[in-house]
Amino acid sequence: MAALTDQIALTRDRASARKTPGGLGDSLFRAASYGAAFLVLLVLAGILASIAYGAWPAFQQFGFGFITSTVWNIGQEQYGGLVAIVGTLASAVLALLIGVPLSLGIAIYLTQLCPGWARKPVSMTIELLASVPSIIYGMWGLFVFAPLFARFVQVPVSNLVEGMPIVGTLFYARVPSGVGILTAGIILAIMIVPFVASITRDMLDQIPTVLRESAYGIGCTTWEVVRHVLVPQASVSIIGAIMLGLGRALGETMAVTFVIGNANRLSGSVFDPGSTIASRIANEFNEADGLQLNSLMALGCILFVITFFVLIIARLLTRRAKVA
Amino acid sequence: MDAANPLATTAAPARVSRVRSGRRIADRALILASTIATLVGIVVLGSILFMLVVEGIQGFSPTLFTAPTPGPGSEGGGIANAILGSLVMTLLAILVATPVGVMAGTFLAEYGRNSKVADVIRFLNDILLSAPSILIGLFVYTLMVRPMGSYSGWAGAVALAIIATPVIVRTTEDMLRLVPSTLREAGAALGAPPSIVIKSITWRGASAGIVTGIILALARIAGETAPLLFTALNNNSWFAPNLMGGVPNLPVMIYQFALSPYANWQQLAWAGALLITVTILALSIVARFVIKTERSR
Repeated sequence: MAALTDQIALTRDRASARKTPGGLGDSLFRAASYGAAFLVLLVLAGILASIAYGAWPAFQQFGFGFITSTVWNIGQEQYGGLVAIVGTLASAVLALLIGVPLSLGIAIYLTQLCPGWARKPVSMTIELLASVPSIIYGMWGLFVFAPLFARFVQVPVSNLVEGMPIVGTLFYARVPSGVGILTAGIILAIMIVPFVASITRDMLDQIPTVLRESAYGIGCTTWEVVRHVLVPQASVSIIGAIMLGLGRALGETMAVTFVIGNANRLSGSVFDPGSTIASRIANEFNEADGLQLNSLMALGCILFVITFFVLIIARLLTRRAKVA
Repeated sequence: MDAANPLATTAAPARVSRVRSGRRIADRALILASTIATLVGIVVLGSILFMLVVEGIQGFSPTLFTAPTPGPGSEGGGIANAILGSLVMTLLAILVATPVGVMAGTFLAEYGRNSKVADVIRFLNDILLSAPSILIGLFVYTLMVRPMGSYSGWAGAVALAIIATPVIVRTTEDMLRLVPSTLREAGAALGAPPSIVIKSITWRGASAGIVTGIILALARIAGETAPLLFTALNNNSWFAPNLMGGVPNLPVMIYQFALSPYANWQQLAWAGALLITVTILALSIVARFVIKTERSR
């Protein structure tokens, strides 16, 4: 009898020992997993902290005027970010104006019109556009697109609108070289297309086929199905995808540096060269020191804040979209 | 239109004459516009590849892979130092990013799951995934280049690792979530502790997907230029074995040489551009192929 209870007690001991199996190795693994996850948090905080630290002297020196001033004079140590900020926003907005219709068109083509055999190859081609490095887009923009753009768009349009009010300023190229804010916007538009198009395509695919079929069944045309059935269903995710594209366009560096012309001038024309925050940093950072370096950091800080908010809105709207 | 795509199951039924012309025009316009949009995308990719092949192929010669980049004004030369520098930094970055990314992804899919902490980290990881890469360059400059007093391959590798990590975190989590929880329960029922369940059941089940994430991350960082500008910079000779000082690399070499006035530099830039783009596109296609076979299993 005693032997039996002893044995039961022993088994119980072993069982309780087995409740936390693994021991040290298990807790180490767990700790490593937690640690790696917090590292992600730490890096993001570190990025903000280091840029804000570098930017502090510039903000202290120029105050709020840094955002509203157009001066960027290295000799006199006077720096203002307005030209770069406007250039960043303008090129990104142009990218959306051109890129969003393109992306929606591609998504509609892929989900509604494309013959079955062509779907995969066409999808893949569009997605591969996302893999092309941005510097290659820059070279393509500068050496292939810009000359064509100057010859077939800038020169004829400038001649056409010259002297007209408003349009005459907006679309007049003083030097039709092909580079400028609009060229940057077009290249950025092409770069955001694969992201916006593939998310939109996935969202349209998720809409139950029954909805679409019933719309066709009551005699709707493809346009009416898209306009009144598909777009209302997917609109929130599509706006999220567009914001994601906006986030990319705002921070894109190399492609823009090649084609924007890198001028510190506030111009009324989309054909004129300008600069963005990212292109200004890429061009000047390595030769900068002192207050110029702090001012470039301050521009970086502004870029961080803008893109951070855009990306937060984008992620809240899309939630779990596909890996880019 | 219907005759052109007999396989499309969802295309509009044959139009009857009773459709008002306004409706029909709107419909035709949509079909035309979206077809054109798709053609634009395809033509741009084709045009980029055509440009790279036409300009870059002449630069391919044995010296391209054996000689270092030439100095200003000197003839000939290759890009061997830039290729090696890029390889070293990219591999170092992946060596750092893989354990961190896989472990963080494991936390999100296994330990954290639906907790608040995991939600926040998942969200911030998604932000980091799309953060402008030039800002990561500024961060690493402040963190490493300034205190060390010199540009270095280490700084370049850290910058690239920061870009690669969120990609690996994201794909690892997504792939681990595809592993059925019955497998984990079966492992736990045998008495295996969580770490053993994760290592020999979930990781093994999702291995192809995790590898895909690593390849995608590799494709992403191989062409990154902006974060290397202020960290590794560039250099027209072989780099020091301790990776201190400027370390030559393909993207920054392409940037500097493409905009230079020397014909042989431009030629080398085109050859480098062709090499890097073909490599990256091949990596992306391989990654897609692996992920597809994994999902269909």
